[in-house]
Amino acid sequence: MSTELLQQIITMGAALMLLISFALLSQKRMLSLLHWFALQGIVLAAVTALVGYTSDNTELYVSAAITLLLKGMLLPWVLWKIIRQMHVHREVEPLVNMPVTMLIAAALVVFSYQVTLPIEHLSHLITRNTIAVAMANVLLGMLMMITRKKAITQVVGFLAIENSLFFAGVGATYGMPLVAELGVAFDVLIASVVFGLFFYQIRDTFESLDLNKMEK
Amino acid sequence: MSWFAVLLGVPLVAAVWLAVDAHPYRSARINIVAAAISLLASLELALQVLDAGRITVWNNWFFMDAFNVFLVALTAFVATTTAIFSGPYMRHEMDNGKIDAKRLRLYHAMSQLFVFGMFLGQTSNNLAIIWLSLEIATLATVLLVSLYRTPGSIAAAWKYLIICGVGISLALFGTAMLYFASSDVLGHGDAALTWTLLYDAADKLDPTVMSLAFVFLMVGYGTKVGLAPMHTWLPSAHAEGPTPVSAVLSGLLLNLALYSLVRCKMLVDVSTGSHLAGNLMMGFGLLSLLVAGFSLHKQQDIKRMFSFSSIEHMALMTFTFGIGTPVANFAAMLHMTTHSLVKSAIFFTVGHAAQSMGTQVMASIRGLINHQPGIGWGLLIGTCAIAGFPPFGVFTSEFLIFSAALQSYPWTVSVLLLGLLIAVAGLFRFVPDMAYGKAPEHAKLVHANMLPVYIHFSLALLLGISIPGFLSGWYHQAAALIAGGGL
Repeated sequence: MSTELLQQIITMGAALMLLISFALLSQKRMLSLLHWFALQGIVLAAVTALVGYTSDNTELYVSAAITLLLKGMLLPWVLWKIIRQMHVHREVEPLVNMPVTMLIAAALVVFSYQVTLPIEHLSHLITRNTIAVAMANVLLGMLMMITRKKAITQVVGFLAIENSLFFAGVGATYGMPLVAELGVAFDVLIASVVFGLFFYQIRDTFESLDLNKMEK
Repeated sequence: MSWFAVLLGVPLVAAVWLAVDAHPYRSARINIVAAAISLLASLELALQVLDAGRITVWNNWFFMDAFNVFLVALTAFVATTTAIFSGPYMRHEMDNGKIDAKRLRLYHAMSQLFVFGMFLGQTSNNLAIIWLSLEIATLATVLLVSLYRTPGSIAAAWKYLIICGVGISLALFGTAMLYFASSDVLGHGDAALTWTLLYDAADKLDPTVMSLAFVFLMVGYGTKVGLAPMHTWLPSAHAEGPTPVSAVLSGLLLNLALYSLVRCKMLVDVSTGSHLAGNLMMGFGLLSLLVAGFSLHKQQDIKRMFSFSSIEHMALMTFTFGIGTPVANFAAMLHMTTHSLVKSAIFFTVGHAAQSMGTQVMASIRGLINHQPGIGWGLLIGTCAIAGFPPFGVFTSEFLIFSAALQSYPWTVSVLLLGLLIAVAGLFRFVPDMAYGKAPEHAKLVHANMLPVYIHFSLALLLGISIPGFLSGWYHQAAALIAGGGL
């Protein structure tokens, strides 16, 4: 097991995850949003597998495989099917304009580093950036959910948060126990089914996936 | 051990069965029988725990001590009476065309799945599984909230799903942080999330990480408890779902969330050796108490109004667990019990009231006592009970809460008193008008099933007049346990 290599992999993974979070936030079209979301799942799976390989933790291979199938392929594909079927693939319509969103996002990243400052250096594991980045990603996912008014974008934000949590687990602790990982994966799957059901219910009832219409 | 298998197995089997079985009347009966069997199992387990202290089941994956076995029994009891209540209630909804047989099947299956989630969470020894079970219970109830498929119910269910989904992912982040701290001590693996092992090694866990983890757990589980400012999902979910769902949401699900939070607090307390976790809980508790009290006055929908009362009481419990002395824990658990009993009974009554008046808008509900005395008096008595009037149990627990607060943090009493008075004023601003007066023309007589309501009120009364010896011994054990006394 090479500590040096492991550290580099995790750091690179953290950088990529953060980059993708920003990319997700800045997308204007639904389709490209899904592309980035799928990419996030694939990066996550790759990092998981690499960490599993370098730290000799075979359980992580299972996690990686599940992640790749579920978050890298299945969920983006299902969401893509839904937006095609419902003809909502046009635009994302943020409530706050892009430059302001980006500034808030940058501030959230700084904030996350600030909060996690006291704990980073005491870890025996290599977690310099992981926890800070994971926290930043969670906050960015929330920002995305707050500033978008389409039901689908909210779900992508929600799933991006799940991805960041998963990354926190892999990066900071070399993966939570398999029971936890399987539980979370199962939960994401069920939650997505419920989300899917709701898309249809919302559309049938309000004739749109625009959440502003629901506020009445 | 075998009783434990019954406790977890029966709701799960029943959920699968009810998902397949399309016969509406038989399903209602199966629902009751399944709940009653789990009640029996829970009482048997409670006796075992009273004798033996902590018991662990199935390779330490599950455990029961005085704290959670008491909640399991409470859950099983309320689930049973809710099942008894929901039979005729849901039949009425079906006869009125609000739901069809397919939705009724969904209702029965999801109710049992919800009960399974509750038992799983309350008995699990693994923090990740506790988290997962809360999520199962949430997803099951999301489908129940949207059962009527009205625009309002779908909007409410979506809000519930999104807000609680985010909340609960924060709790997962907190759990991951906790694991980050504990895997240093207990090694990489399931042991580092096993509560009993964590508790024994809690003094070795890194305090900084644990504090940060608790902040996330507090906000995450706090969302599910219904604490302000994350409470916005709760009133709509209660108002738009079917009444039995409002009853179990208020009476049970909020308890599970608070239970998970308290379990984490116990770890953080030992690890940090400070009162940080308690202070956070007290702060959120007081804030929510005031917010709920003021919001209660602005409501027009009767179920929304009572759901704000639920927020108020959950806030009170969170605050009291935050104080953390044995007296406070005793008071909080007693309050949990009395609130679950009284509030679910109130929702049963409110459901009947809404059915007989054909609306949930308070301004249109009038003259319940004249119209159907059982419902009218039920509502009035329930309101007195939940407002904390003697001789009901809520009075006893609130009295204890005040003494505990006075003992440790005297200044908080003024805030508590203010919050409670505002809330009580809110309740009595609306309820007497609905109970007295002349009933509107269009009101119809409903077949009211008031038996569960009277059972709940009698128990609340019993707890108010004298707590049975075995029960108070049980609370004492649990209170000492939570305060860090061990067993």
